[in-house]
Amino acid sequence: MNRTINALTRSLNVFHLAGSACNNCDIEILDALTPRYDLERFGITLVGSIRHADVLLVSGVFNRKAAIRAMELLEQAPKPYLVLGIGGCPCTGLMFRNSYNWDRPPSDYMNIDAFVPGCPPKPEAIISAVVKVVEGLRSGALVPRCLQDATELAETPEAAGTV
Amino acid sequence: MKSSMVLVEFLLFPGLLFTAIAGLLTTWVDRKVTALVQMRVGPPLLQPFYDIRKLLIKETCVPEDGAVGLFLLAPLLGLAGVTLASMILWRTLLNVQATFVGDLIVLVYLLVMPALSVMLGSFASRNPLASLGGSREVKLMIAYELPLVLAILVPVIQANSIRLGDLLTAQAPIFSLSGALALLVCIACTQAKLTIVPFDMPEAETELSGGALIEYSGPPLAMFKLTRAMMLFTMPVLLVVLFFGGVVSGPGWLPAVTGFLLWFVLVAVTIVVRNTTPRVCIDQAVRFFWGPVSLVALVAVMLAWLGW
Repeated sequence: MNRTINALTRSLNVFHLAGSACNNCDIEILDALTPRYDLERFGITLVGSIRHADVLLVSGVFNRKAAIRAMELLEQAPKPYLVLGIGGCPCTGLMFRNSYNWDRPPSDYMNIDAFVPGCPPKPEAIISAVVKVVEGLRSGALVPRCLQDATELAETPEAAGTV
Repeated sequence: MKSSMVLVEFLLFPGLLFTAIAGLLTTWVDRKVTALVQMRVGPPLLQPFYDIRKLLIKETCVPEDGAVGLFLLAPLLGLAGVTLASMILWRTLLNVQATFVGDLIVLVYLLVMPALSVMLGSFASRNPLASLGGSREVKLMIAYELPLVLAILVPVIQANSIRLGDLLTAQAPIFSLSGALALLVCIACTQAKLTIVPFDMPEAETELSGGALIEYSGPPLAMFKLTRAMMLFTMPVLLVVLFFGGVVSGPGWLPAVTGFLLWFVLVAVTIVVRNTTPRVCIDQAVRFFWGPVSLVALVAVMLAWLGW
């Protein structure tokens, strides 16, 4: 097993970015971090700064302005990091996909490693997704997308057409 | 003593390596007890080591227009300070003769270094939230240093010496009224010196989102975490040495076991207070330390002077 991946997956610090979400996913994320599920057993803790984070939990529909902020935030994250899209909104936009301030899914301009569908996903679903991501990383089936060549991604918000 | 010997003592035992391992294990005790208080299982034994190892493989982000040199130097300063302090303390604990006049004063100064490094690092990072955390750290330090130094005077007056070795062999100050009062003051000051709840305003997660250390990532952040862990281990050891001197020194295994138990009780008090109190405002903390705590410390010093 890759030493970097082993070190990373044993101690995941989570940073939570709510991109104009309806708050349901945010509450489920906090729910997953409560003593009832006790994610500290696996070394998963919530941190307040993106500089301390290893996993970025992204929830909600990113409108044009929020998308720029999300990209700025992602640039500040120290590598290697993972990005998880929580809920149906980062996947497809759900019912907001035809609204005036949405033009493309966040995976077009962000390195999202995994999606957790659901509206909102239950804490069990989030934990299951984390377990699958960790297993994938350890078996080598999954490589953090921030470490991959990101040529297919738009480099700037302007190029992504989100301005 | 040969200089290579000093280097080994500084880097391996009882300096950096020993204190780091002991400190990280103390952090685990802290996290585990916290978990038990909240009725959950808590992290595995090696979790603090995993955290440090993970930070060592992460990228080091440097703020674009901060003072880069100071930003990267500050964590080293704190780590060096606490390592030296622990080394002086443990050399005296292992061999009472290995002491020099005024080593207690050196120790008090060295234990200021971690707080100083947090301030320097936060101001160097040029982040508004970090500056706020740094300024709170300054105010907190101004608040707790006065009663802490006053309380440390009590064992010094009782033993009539300022050498750690003499304090360790003197009759334990805890058995006198002034010593007991001074220990209470020291416990309150330790809580603030370690910047843990209720005095964790410099890092207030909810208001300052990481506070003073907000811009740190990777190895520098690991150094800060290590420094904090080592302080969590060293401060109770200092209190044991200062206030239970006669009890924990001497031949045989009994003083060592007693010393460990006393250390554990002091750590446990810190953890329980951390889990049962909310964070106070910075003005409340300053009022608390300059008001009742300083008063109690002053009374303790006077009582010690009168021989109580």
